[in-house]
Amino acid sequence: MAENILHTEKLTMQFGGVVALYNLTIDVNEGEIVALIGPNGAGKTTAFNCITGVYEPTYGSVSFCGQTIVSNHPQGKMKKLYLGEKGKEKLKRITPTPDRITKLGIARTFQNIRLFDSLTVFENVLVAKHMRAKQNVLTATLRLNWREEKRAVEESMALLEEQDLLQYKDDLASSLPYGLQRRLEISRALATEPKLLLLDEPAAGMNPQETQELAEFIVKIKNKYDLTVFMIEHHMDLVMQISDRIYVLDFGKLIAHGTPSEVQRNQRVIDAYLGVADDA
Amino acid sequence: MNEKNRNINGVITPTEKANIFSNSLGFIKKNWIGFTLLASLYAIILVLEQVLPVSSMLFVVLKKGAIYALVAVSMNLCNGFTGLFSLGQAGFMLIGAYIYGIFTIPLEARAAVYQYFDGGIINFTVPVPVALIMAGLAAALFAYLIGLPVLRLKSDYLAIATLGFAEIIRAFFQWDKLGPVTNGSNLLRRFPVFSSTLYPFVVSSICITIIVLLINSSYGRAFKAIRDDEVAAEAMGINLAKHKQLSFTISSFFAGVGGALLAMYQTTVQAAPFKAAMTYEILLIVVIGGIGSVTGSVLSSFLFIACSEWWLRFLDSETYIGSFRIPLLASGFRKVVFSIIIMIIVLFYSQGIMGTNEISIDALLRFFKKLFRKGSKEEAT
Amino acid sequence: MEFLNTNLPYILAGISVGGQYALIAIGYTMVYGILRLINFAHGDIFMVAGFAMVYLSATLPLYISIPLTIIITVLLGFAVERMAYKPLRTAPRMSIMISAIGVSYLLQNCAWYITSGLAKQYPTIPWISESISIGTATTKIVTVITPILTIVLVIALVILIKYTKIGMAMRAMAKDFETSQLMGVKINSVISFTFIIGSFLAAIGSLLYFTNYATVTPIAGAMPGLKAFVAAVFGGIGSIPGAVIGAFIIGICENIIRMFGWTTFSDAFTFALLIIILVAKPTGLFGEKSTDKV
Ligand SMILES: Nc1ncnc2c1ncn2[C@@H]1O[C@H](COP(=O)(O)OP(=O)(O)O)[C@@H](O)[C@H]1O
Ligand SMILES: [Mg+2]
Repeated sequence: MAENILHTEKLTMQFGGVVALYNLTIDVNEGEIVALIGPNGAGKTTAFNCITGVYEPTYGSVSFCGQTIVSNHPQGKMKKLYLGEKGKEKLKRITPTPDRITKLGIARTFQNIRLFDSLTVFENVLVAKHMRAKQNVLTATLRLNWREEKRAVEESMALLEEQDLLQYKDDLASSLPYGLQRRLEISRALATEPKLLLLDEPAAGMNPQETQELAEFIVKIKNKYDLTVFMIEHHMDLVMQISDRIYVLDFGKLIAHGTPSEVQRNQRVIDAYLGVADDA
Repeated sequence: MNEKNRNINGVITPTEKANIFSNSLGFIKKNWIGFTLLASLYAIILVLEQVLPVSSMLFVVLKKGAIYALVAVSMNLCNGFTGLFSLGQAGFMLIGAYIYGIFTIPLEARAAVYQYFDGGIINFTVPVPVALIMAGLAAALFAYLIGLPVLRLKSDYLAIATLGFAEIIRAFFQWDKLGPVTNGSNLLRRFPVFSSTLYPFVVSSICITIIVLLINSSYGRAFKAIRDDEVAAEAMGINLAKHKQLSFTISSFFAGVGGALLAMYQTTVQAAPFKAAMTYEILLIVVIGGIGSVTGSVLSSFLFIACSEWWLRFLDSETYIGSFRIPLLASGFRKVVFSIIIMIIVLFYSQGIMGTNEISIDALLRFFKKLFRKGSKEEAT
Repeated sequence: MEFLNTNLPYILAGISVGGQYALIAIGYTMVYGILRLINFAHGDIFMVAGFAMVYLSATLPLYISIPLTIIITVLLGFAVERMAYKPLRTAPRMSIMISAIGVSYLLQNCAWYITSGLAKQYPTIPWISESISIGTATTKIVTVITPILTIVLVIALVILIKYTKIGMAMRAMAKDFETSQLMGVKINSVISFTFIIGSFLAAIGSLLYFTNYATVTPIAGAMPGLKAFVAAVFGGIGSIPGAVIGAFIIGICENIIRMFGWTTFSDAFTFALLIIILVAKPTGLFGEKSTDKV
């Protein structure tokens, strides 16, 4: 059995009275491709946001490579409002900002693409190299960091070349067609040198052919960069084809988990999700 | 990448030293046209100073324009390139102006300047360049302290915190109990000033060069990323609080230096004029020039100063043709016109003169080449 | 008792000015709640209300000039929103903030131009300018009227927001602007209505404030505006009761500081308070923590 890389323990996120995520406990092992599926509003993106530090979970913890990176216990007004189990073990409060988590080796993409629109394609990737460079504002201004800078430029170029984006290098990110913007966002995430890559609906808005290409692309980068991939996806073909295991969320709760074929046969999943998809 | 060539211990070997050297040489080489232009600009100013009378309005515009260019570019660094809405520019300039004045008034002049405070309590002076840097550092320190609580939160509050700070710092510097240092509400004067127009030009251009170097560095890219999308920037490993703090503090440093230069230009310093209206004027300059364009800010500074001090001055004075009084012209009308201009720009031309573009030498060359080619083509046909 | 006797005037003044700040602060907090915009021009609208009263009462009797002042202020608030903010609804946040600053600058400069920068004497409004003695302190009736009037207006406003359709629309927009737009809330009319209420209260505030301070200058709106905004942040931006309580606290504290002879720092105090609240409880007294949706 491969090493566990990501583990969430009873992760709960409550917005006022809305419980978007409830007691989510999942495991992702090194080298796997794991999918998180569920109807719209099930809390999938919220789960990603809790893992990457964008939201402070109301309760629960996240560990990465065996180290607890996020953990929280109801704070402030939530103490009264909290709808989860009372009297649970009190967790320490660890709520780092997202950049710290990225530095540890978790990179992500967003459901609604979030590129730096006024920067070029090349700069979008280069920005991701900023945090790893040994430099400070003085050395950077005076270009004493030229070695780091040179390396960052070379690595970014290499990355763009691999992703077939080199020809758009000097175009504004916002001017790229939709499909390429998706790919650029993934490349930018790769530039942070992650161990774990979180993809939030990478195939959204793609046709079957593009989706198929994306499936191959994900497997390719996974192998090439020794990644573990954890993704949210609606395209069942894609999910069934490449994922090793699947978690299914509905109304913030985990309703099933297993290999693609197990999940496909699960009655609760069919009711909650696949059934709906079949009707549509 | 190539592990062998990378120096893991960070020790700089002789070959690398040579490399750094060639690197900075490379920078000069790459920008030699820019440096030549700058040098010729200095030369032109020197010549103008010989030819034109000292009282020419041109020098007022050049001096004040250069100072405002620095302040506007520094504001642009924070507001335009990092997307933080700071309104403390006047306050930071005030600090810079006072620090410069306080530490450079010659000892023998202190008794006269601080006549109500027994010559003040500071009895040493520092050289002018040191005082300029101190001016910047003091402003930066205040900015850092304001930023510490405010920039960790949504940056909305920065606008109000800086505006409030700028209002209060004025009262603070005029406070009687601080009189032995700040001379209370009396003027600071008799500190060293510049006579040549070249002086503010050189200082400003050095500072602006540094800001441009910063903007084009790895940090500058991080600033722009924050401006474009904070959430995505954080996901790229950029520490928001730290980078916002850096941008805001550095911006204030240069505002402080700008304030010191303004003190030199005015030859006296008093807290009263460093009002919110001053910040608004600088914001106006930045907006006209294009939020996110350094060359835009520089251009629009000279344009703005030329208009406000020279070309549009007539708007402020009642004028008669024969016995007919030209309507509207009266004290204060100039500023009304400016405020209407800013509203028009904000609402209809939000890009300003330059948008986020820059006038670069390459672009100029390309432009002229194209023009030239077009010309020769037309000749051919 | 002795202490109270000597210091009563300060405390009364504090409550009174607190009420005036409250009337301004509501405009800030409502606009911020819905548009996430710091309406920098709000303090200047308050100042214009002051000048409108000065010029109108010079020729017209009070029973006409007071309502007219209020109408002009409301129209100004409405016009500012329609002309300077509405066109920028989809523009970057920075643009609309700059637009707000631009309006503030414009109003101040126009006021300066019209008045030549001279302070104008505010007209005496009979009855509320008269003196009254409370215990050992003598003060103007306006001092006593202000907090009462403020509370009455705030209660009316809270009822309006709670029980009317437009009030519900306001709350919906404050919670989730996009969704309420999708649900068919007429956002433009709701926003206009918000500005109208804000300006109306600012006009009332200016009547009370300038009766107390006697003169109006082109920058008379800046400081009260700033303080009212801090009050709104202190109370929890977006919360009307919060803004009112924050305003009273600021008004009273400011005057207590004056009482100790630290007049220079009464303004600085507001600023210090802002910093303290941002460090200790960024959501303010009554603000709810909300997480931006990603
Ligand atoms: N920042 C937030 N504030 C309030 N509610 C939120 C926030 N983020 C998500 N939600 C709510 O949480 C629920 C789950 O949303 P999300 O995780 O985006 O679903 P999905 O599974 O489609 O990605 C939704 O009802 C959404 O409205
Ligand atoms: Mg989602």
